[in-house]
Amino acid sequence: MAATASEAVVHEFPLPAILTNPASTPPTLITQGAEGRLYKTTYLLPSIPSALKYRPPKPWRHPILDQRLTRHRILSEARILSKCRRDGLRVPDVYALDESAGWLMLEWVQGTPVRVNINQRLGNRTEDIEDDEELKDLMRRIGSAVGKMHSIGIIHGDLTTSNMMLNPPAGKAETDNVSGLEGEVVIIDLGLASGGVHDEDRAVDLYVLERAFGSTHPRAECVFGEVLDAYKKSFKQAGVALKKLEEVRMRGRKRSMLG
Amino acid sequence: MAVETIELQHVPASYRVYIALFRNVKNAAFLHQQLLARNAEFEYAFIDASTIVSRIHLLSAVFKAVNNSVNGALKTPNVHSETVVSLSSSSNIADAYRRFGVSPSTTDLFVVKIVFPTDTNPVPASADAVSKHLTDNVEGDAVPATDDTIETITDVRAVRKSYKLNGLTWLDSIKDELVKRKEIERLVLGGMALRGV
Repeated sequence: MAATASEAVVHEFPLPAILTNPASTPPTLITQGAEGRLYKTTYLLPSIPSALKYRPPKPWRHPILDQRLTRHRILSEARILSKCRRDGLRVPDVYALDESAGWLMLEWVQGTPVRVNINQRLGNRTEDIEDDEELKDLMRRIGSAVGKMHSIGIIHGDLTTSNMMLNPPAGKAETDNVSGLEGEVVIIDLGLASGGVHDEDRAVDLYVLERAFGSTHPRAECVFGEVLDAYKKSFKQAGVALKKLEEVRMRGRKRSMLG
Repeated sequence: MAVETIELQHVPASYRVYIALFRNVKNAAFLHQQLLARNAEFEYAFIDASTIVSRIHLLSAVFKAVNNSVNGALKTPNVHSETVVSLSSSSNIADAYRRFGVSPSTTDLFVVKIVFPTDTNPVPASADAVSKHLTDNVEGDAVPATDDTIETITDVRAVRKSYKLNGLTWLDSIKDELVKRKEIERLVLGGMALRGV
């Protein structure tokens, strides 16, 4: 995220109040979504990088409704992250939050989105992808991470290779890893996540990942089976969810024909 | 000097944070009494240091308290009591004072002083003044608040109980004590962030 000095100070959007206070480095806008913005900043000390998720007030909504929705979404994401963490799934730590001001301060996960690593790895290759053992190993780590998440009763709601980080092993610089595939898969952005243990919901989660994977990495579709194989081994009811996935593939993500 | 001045990220420039760590404290009962009597000269966060796992842990509580103070959203009488309460993972204020605050039996004590200009007190106390007041009134040995020292003071069992970290098998199965401690710190921060929500 190398931003030049001028980019770092000029912001298109007004900063949330919390980021207008003094800090060692100016906050950097990383991405803007439909609901909110993600800044890279620091927490407590200059040496602790953090991600601040800010959901600004939506002027088109009734103020009371707006406040409630924002509050609810921030708390929901924080609770889910905290539950994942307690149950031993690697997700970003929750550092602090202010649900009234609309922000959530999270651990900055080092590394790159899995999407970037896979694309770097593929490059211009069109052959021998199905025999790429390192790539297949990454697929298995993805499957295990998703399986672990489902086993503790969490449905992600927006599984893509952009919503997973590949956290390089300690001691390796971020830049060294971009071409490599080693590291821990860290599931991020649980803003749409919910609690759930239904095989139907799990299957839809997998279906969304499968479809997203197919369109983001069409040439690597041949190794996606590794994700499901590892998923199957990761918890007891995984087989049932995979069975359900076949049904979901036939009909699509929506169960009813309405909406 | 007994106190260390801390500069935290995203804290308004008008706020100053001082921390001090005292070991072998002999007059905890007296200090506790000053809080109960609401003696204005003893407006400090007095924290039983055995409940703290690291500097980051303590500073997180300070950050939360300052943020609430800036927003005018204090849930307790002042920013110092708010610091103590911010350590808790529950929204029960009395329980937080009991668990994390100074008690007559405290021997290792963290002191936090947060100052900012107010209408009645436009020039807040300096580090020297705070340091002098503390050395005059706390009977104990001031030591630098390093993570290494904190580690020897922490009552890990009590911390795990306070933050409901017992029965996490993945945590118990970590062999490397250093890694385990780091994980406990992370879980503690999460517990604090989600207090009562």
